[in-house]
Amino acid sequence: MATLLEVRGLTTHFFTDEGTVEAVDDVSFSVEEGEIVGVVGESGCGKSVSALSVLRLVPDPPGKIVTGEVIFDSQNLLELSDAQMRRIRGNRIGMIFQEPMTSLNPVLTVGKQITEVLELHLKMSKGAALERAQDLLDMVGIPDPKSHLSDYPHQMSGGMRQRVMIAMAISCNPRLIIADEPTTALDVTIQAQILELMQRLSEELGTAMIIITHNLGIVARYAERVVVMYAGNVVEEGTSRQIYYNSRHPYTLGLLDSVPRLDDSEGMSLRPIDGLPPDLIGVGAGCKFSPRCPYAIEKCVSDTPSLKTLSGMENHHRSRCWRAEDIVDMTIQTSIGEQFG
Amino acid sequence: MVESSSKNRTLLEVRNLKTYFPVTSGVIFQRKVAEVKAVDDVSLNIGRGEVLGLVGESGSGKTTLGRTILQLQPATSGDVIFDGVRLNDLSNKELRSIRRRMQVIFQDPYGSLNPRMTCGDIIGEPLNVHNLAKTPREYDDRVADLLETVGLNPFMADRYPHEFSGGQRQRIGIARSLAVNPEFIVCDEPVSALDVSIQAQIINLLEELKERLKLTYLFIAHDLSVVRHISDRVAVMYLGHIVEIASWQELYKNPLHPYTQALLSAIPIPDPDLEMNRDRIILQGELPSPTNPPTGCVFHTRCPKMIDECKEEIPALMEVDSNHWVACIRASGYG
Repeated sequence: MATLLEVRGLTTHFFTDEGTVEAVDDVSFSVEEGEIVGVVGESGCGKSVSALSVLRLVPDPPGKIVTGEVIFDSQNLLELSDAQMRRIRGNRIGMIFQEPMTSLNPVLTVGKQITEVLELHLKMSKGAALERAQDLLDMVGIPDPKSHLSDYPHQMSGGMRQRVMIAMAISCNPRLIIADEPTTALDVTIQAQILELMQRLSEELGTAMIIITHNLGIVARYAERVVVMYAGNVVEEGTSRQIYYNSRHPYTLGLLDSVPRLDDSEGMSLRPIDGLPPDLIGVGAGCKFSPRCPYAIEKCVSDTPSLKTLSGMENHHRSRCWRAEDIVDMTIQTSIGEQFG
Repeated sequence: MVESSSKNRTLLEVRNLKTYFPVTSGVIFQRKVAEVKAVDDVSLNIGRGEVLGLVGESGSGKTTLGRTILQLQPATSGDVIFDGVRLNDLSNKELRSIRRRMQVIFQDPYGSLNPRMTCGDIIGEPLNVHNLAKTPREYDDRVADLLETVGLNPFMADRYPHEFSGGQRQRIGIARSLAVNPEFIVCDEPVSALDVSIQAQIINLLEELKERLKLTYLFIAHDLSVVRHISDRVAVMYLGHIVEIASWQELYKNPLHPYTQALLSAIPIPDPDLEMNRDRIILQGELPSPTNPPTGCVFHTRCPKMIDECKEEIPALMEVDSNHWVACIRASGYG
């Protein structure tokens, strides 16, 4: 498969009165054609700012992409002019945001908002755009699409609005869709509907997708590859099986242990990660996870690790940890210790 | 008043509780044009020292049920009986003494703490309201003690809410509810606003406090995987009705109501291989409006097992197995 998007060394800072917030720090990951990649992390880890940086939508000021490359379809997006970028956004890269109420325009009808995209990017006539809009609403499972074209966003439920967002995102047959917490505002049963729809569309249209979420279950169900972020860094990247069954970063391990699972055995208590995520202003040297890390050694506090491909790992499983190679042995040891202890 | 006895195993009993909100029209002469049936004929009981999980989607009425139990929202009809005392007819003065025994922890750790009060004042306010601290010294000691109980440092008492993280604020909310030594706490989505790694800290804290202080919880959440970690039994709510109640193990292994089945299958498990082979029931449509709920079984509009009879009769909650209650005519063993 060909690489569709490659992000290299992306660094985005916010310059505030309190100091420089290093929201995204040396982020690298890639997305292949037609693939679903999950980006997971807790709030403030930089996952949304990374996505906004790829689309060059970071509010400037106070934010600024300091350095890095975003290669999309062999073009560095960070070098394009604003006009060139506008032709890519919404056209070859579609977007779905978390809050469908605030990301749709409340004073325009749903039909108007979809046809606007089609008229702008695909130079469709009004009539053709309307017809296509109707097809799109049908594709995303909105019943009686014709009548809903004249609806305003507030007349629709949260799930319906998210379907409209998806219709807009796929309207120009994009190569890539970036979905930032697409179902966080929705109920579980609606969340399942929306994600199934997104997965089906990705398959049918051959569109690659980045799903940004804090929900490890969603990633396990839908993503082929996973990027784990912590405090502005990518800490681990690999296939979902590598991340879930053979994780080589203590943060990923901690996250997996602390999530309550539907199938947890009786009486098992959750093992939270101690402490809090760090403040991203004036970050010093050393691994940012080291203050909370049970595996930390002196080197972790003094030297900053980089994202390295693990030895003997195909499909480049990468981890940003000095002790990545030791972790396997230690997790086995702890589980043996628990059994006999 | 009915004599209360501490030997009573059931701490809280809810019988045929209904909470309706009027929908009015007109500005000056408001007429009632419809009703939102937020809680419709709910019966349940919670034993002393038990944790009852209550799950449902937004708009299912779970928060209103919690508020009605606490008498923060008057019931339209039905009974709430706390330790043998029927709360519905009590005067505010009589309620006040009962309120010392029942507390609440709110969902939003940002909105539920007064930003202009220090953390110490927030936790100490219930002590003043109920005259529980005789001297300033006693007050300070109690506040420090409460902060320690929830894993915060006593020197933090002088700080304001904005100086704390979400997880810490939720700890303050918990300390406030513990100030009056309650027996029963309604936890209304206490971890929904928190990050994954912090969620686990708070769930473990609530579990530990329950054991140590012998508390009873009604634990409201929309996420079944959170509820299962703390609950002894779980009640599933849909559009104002309880559709199933069972022990967590039973509910997970043998869900009988089609809604419970769909809800369980909709929750992804962080395990890619397992997910690949899991059956998924994807419900069609959305939660109907509680102003105009469907006739018969309220779930029939989305139910994959619906038959014609479901449109006519509201199924009652029946015990189909020991301690497993379900309200569905299609459930095995029902009727």
